[in-house]
Amino acid sequence: MSVKTNIPPATKTFDPARRSFLGSAVAAGIALAPGVFLYGIGTAKQVQARSLDEAASSSVRWGMLIDVNRCDSGCDECVTACNTENGLQGHGRPETDAQWIRKIELRDPASGRQNSLPVMCMHCEDAPCVDVCPTGASFKRPDGIVLVDKHTCIGCRYCISACPYKARSFVHEALHDQKTHAPRGKGTVESCTMCVHRIDDDRQPACVEACNSKGGGAMLFGDLNDPDSEISKRVATYATQQIRADLGLNPGVRYRGL
Amino acid sequence: MSVSRYAFAASAVVLAGLAGLTAATGDVPYPDIPKGQGEACVADTEFMRRNHMSLLMHQRDETMRKGIRSKQHSLKECIDCHAVPGSDSIAITIEDPKHFCRLCHDYAAVKIDCFDCHASRPERKVVAEARTK
Repeated sequence: MSVKTNIPPATKTFDPARRSFLGSAVAAGIALAPGVFLYGIGTAKQVQARSLDEAASSSVRWGMLIDVNRCDSGCDECVTACNTENGLQGHGRPETDAQWIRKIELRDPASGRQNSLPVMCMHCEDAPCVDVCPTGASFKRPDGIVLVDKHTCIGCRYCISACPYKARSFVHEALHDQKTHAPRGKGTVESCTMCVHRIDDDRQPACVEACNSKGGGAMLFGDLNDPDSEISKRVATYATQQIRADLGLNPGVRYRGL
Repeated sequence: MSVSRYAFAASAVVLAGLAGLTAATGDVPYPDIPKGQGEACVADTEFMRRNHMSLLMHQRDETMRKGIRSKQHSLKECIDCHAVPGSDSIAITIEDPKHFCRLCHDYAAVKIDCFDCHASRPERKVVAEARTK
């Protein structure tokens, strides 16, 4: 007796349609329930490729989402990765040494709840550092990345005072053997560039990469303007906060579980 | 003759001197400029001698402000190609008077501050022997 099924007979013929369907299912993540996705299968690329001679576009807004619940208080992989990537070296003077990203510990005195999280340049939409800069050295790229043009920076440090996030550093010492992709020198202000050289090269920022490979996988980088990007979907799904949202600066770095 | 005429004459002598490096007579100490690692520069030598600063300045703003990273006129590519190895095959930095940029800039007494911030040697520090002439 044979059982009739709808399953077609096994065939060795390669069916490209089936393969591409499976591929897209893997790339997009598998839906377990509405709003809940299983990630970590395949490496869905967030970054859209842009050719070398093409300018950064304002249709993109780069941002980060940091899941505080996945950030361990003992872990500083993001800080180490940033220092290595950008050639930041301390001079044994923590008060003035360059610091593009730092870990901070928060404690709610009422409940005793403790959090650990990284803080860096928030890449504000309305950046106070850009407003106050007397030479136009502090500027925002069309894709939302806030940078210092050290060619025009006079080292007045007005931006350091203006930044509500204490995100900027001043270089006090003459430097040698800088990284070719991260020029930095005495007498200029600097801060997190969101690894703009990597972004232009279709890669993720160093801190995000390190957090996902060696840390708790708390950091997510992507295009906040693209509704189909992973970061936009999560921001649309979960409650996320911006630090000092009351200032109305619309930072590009958001936190979840703060 | 006015002062500016003197200055013009002096700069003409410098340029003529730089242009005729291979024709140095030995009476005047011309810098011995090593050739780059690659086959040819992005433009001919005469053009580059007079205009490299404009190309770099233009590229600087394009890259910094707009994120355009075409390689044609990027300082990084210049440094890569014009790396000069020291006695240990390690590329020398701007601290060394034999650095490609310094040879001419010392000679013409033009101070540059590019390397206060930018790396003056390639990331891959070991480089091939530079060709002279």
